[in-house]
Amino acid sequence: MTSIITRRRLTFGAAAASTLPLVGRGAQAQAPLGIGFIYVGPIGDHGWTWTHDQGRLALEKHYGSKIKTSFIENVAEGPDAARAIRQLAQAGNQLIFTTSFGFMNPTIQVAKQFPKIKFEHATGYQRAENVATYNARFYEGRAVIGTIAGHMSKSGQAGYVASFPIPEVVMGINAFHLAARKVNPNFKTKVVWASTWYDPAKEADAAKALIDQGADMITQHTDSAAPLQAAEQRGVFAFGQASDMKAFAPKAHLTAIVDDWSGYYVKRVQEVMDGSWKSGDVWGGIKDGFVKLAPFNDAVTPAARAAAEEVQKAIVAGTLHPFTGEIKDQKGEVRVKAGEKASDEILSKMDWYVDGVQA
Amino acid sequence: MTTAILVSILMTLVAASTPILLAALGELVAEKAGVLNLGVEGMMLCGAVAGFAVTFSSGSTMLGLLAALLAGVAASMVFAVLALSLNANQVATGLALTIFGIGASSLIGAGFVGRTIPRLGPIFPAALSEHPLLRAVFGHDILVYLSLALVVGVSFFLRRTRPGLILRAVGENDASAHAIGYPVIAIRYAAVAFGGALAGLGGACFSLALTPMWAERLTAGRGWIALALVVFSAWKPGRLLIGAYLFGAVATLELQAKAAGVSFLAPEVLAMAPYLATIAVLTMMSIGRRTGRLDAPACLGKPFSAT
Repeated sequence: MTSIITRRRLTFGAAAASTLPLVGRGAQAQAPLGIGFIYVGPIGDHGWTWTHDQGRLALEKHYGSKIKTSFIENVAEGPDAARAIRQLAQAGNQLIFTTSFGFMNPTIQVAKQFPKIKFEHATGYQRAENVATYNARFYEGRAVIGTIAGHMSKSGQAGYVASFPIPEVVMGINAFHLAARKVNPNFKTKVVWASTWYDPAKEADAAKALIDQGADMITQHTDSAAPLQAAEQRGVFAFGQASDMKAFAPKAHLTAIVDDWSGYYVKRVQEVMDGSWKSGDVWGGIKDGFVKLAPFNDAVTPAARAAAEEVQKAIVAGTLHPFTGEIKDQKGEVRVKAGEKASDEILSKMDWYVDGVQA
Repeated sequence: MTTAILVSILMTLVAASTPILLAALGELVAEKAGVLNLGVEGMMLCGAVAGFAVTFSSGSTMLGLLAALLAGVAASMVFAVLALSLNANQVATGLALTIFGIGASSLIGAGFVGRTIPRLGPIFPAALSEHPLLRAVFGHDILVYLSLALVVGVSFFLRRTRPGLILRAVGENDASAHAIGYPVIAIRYAAVAFGGALAGLGGACFSLALTPMWAERLTAGRGWIALALVVFSAWKPGRLLIGAYLFGAVATLELQAKAAGVSFLAPEVLAMAPYLATIAVLTMMSIGRRTGRLDAPACLGKPFSAT
């Protein structure tokens, strides 16, 4: 069953409920396990929030009437989020997923008041007895698309439409650039900060500016498919973000980094049901199914395809770490020594750019 | 930089300015009639989603544009009934219209997320815009030419025609206009509808031309910039054109500069710019007012009921 508590879509609940086949099947012996989600954006963003909601829908499909999910969307990051989280806690949910970095402090704060409820915070680093954190190693996917860009870029320049210079984004830029430079030592990655996660028109304009300045590969760390559309319009290649965005740019879309939270969500719910849930930190990558690559476009050259698949396999096998030294930053300082791999600590605090990145 | 790149930058600039210009021009007319409708963002979203939905279903962008226009009018009529007929507070009603528009467009658009439609292309045949310089003139979509024509049209209407004079009279002194026998409320309804129509078309710029897709809150706050521009322009269509293109230019050039590796403005400063400019203009106007120059329509935002 679904119950939707939403600030802006009060009428949506009825529509959603009517699509559920389970309604009216009769009372279950056990009360369903309540699971709540806090979303930073609208589900309809077709990006970050959408992928988390896909995870929620996967839970419903998997557990049916054994669970009852609800969500609050469009929750602003910051102190005010505590109210939304508390609302879900008071509504009787046993497990609450807060799915954006900015919900970290409010999650910890509310978790203290509800010690019996389990909390899962995405992309954060603060944990407690009843607060676990989880994230995906998106940079592994970035290394794969960087490899393709290195092979296929004629100008040797990629344009990167980025949101904010937080470690998560910086890490992605560096991983992409390092992989591309392995193929083409003179590769350049130009970054435009859109200063927003979501503003389709601005994201498109940023992509156009990058194309004007010579980039023939567009990649992004913002939420909408607008940069892909701009690439399609201008006849250059691009990579999708968070979900397969091929429909928006059939020619330009080479592949996409796809977020898949469903496996983790299903596992954690099972653990709550079994009573085996423990706090912890999970950072899953391609191997764990958190990060996937969308099917490659036919335009991907055989050499690029082979190299990309090679990188993907090596990452899964653990023989390749995208951040293997020697890595120098823009100032020429060695950040990762030759032969060494960057620790998760270094990655999660990354605030420097690899040599050759223009950010 | 080659001509092709300069033209490409210009095209981006024009495209970015057009939705703001359209929405602001509609709001300007409404405000000239004395109605402050803060629901521009909501009306734009209604237009954006209706334009997308109809284009998706019918395959015709022209029908989509028409739907966007009508959806904008429909949304504005919700405001008009509450604020003009029932004399609700205009500021509160306008804000409510924006929130309503965000919600209604999300609801209607839920089924269209992830769908695609053909982009609203240039109106002139491609042969005309092969050369970059010709493209700068003939390479735009219909909304660009329409917005420019409307600037001239609205300016002429307000300053040179009798109905325009009456509309201004309603905005400047509703009681006198009523006393002479003009239907104040009806004229305001018409002005609000015009504002809704242009806001709807402004929204369609996003869902049909700039980023042909539907995603929630597609307009990302452009309605507020349009509102600020009306004040910035001191309710003059010509100045509004300059303001909208200035905004488009700063936004576009900032991205170009970043792509070229030059940073000339902190993005936060840029985000503040339209509002800072508005505050500056408001201040200048209030200084001007003391010296006897009046710019804002005198009855702006005030409810009127015939007694």
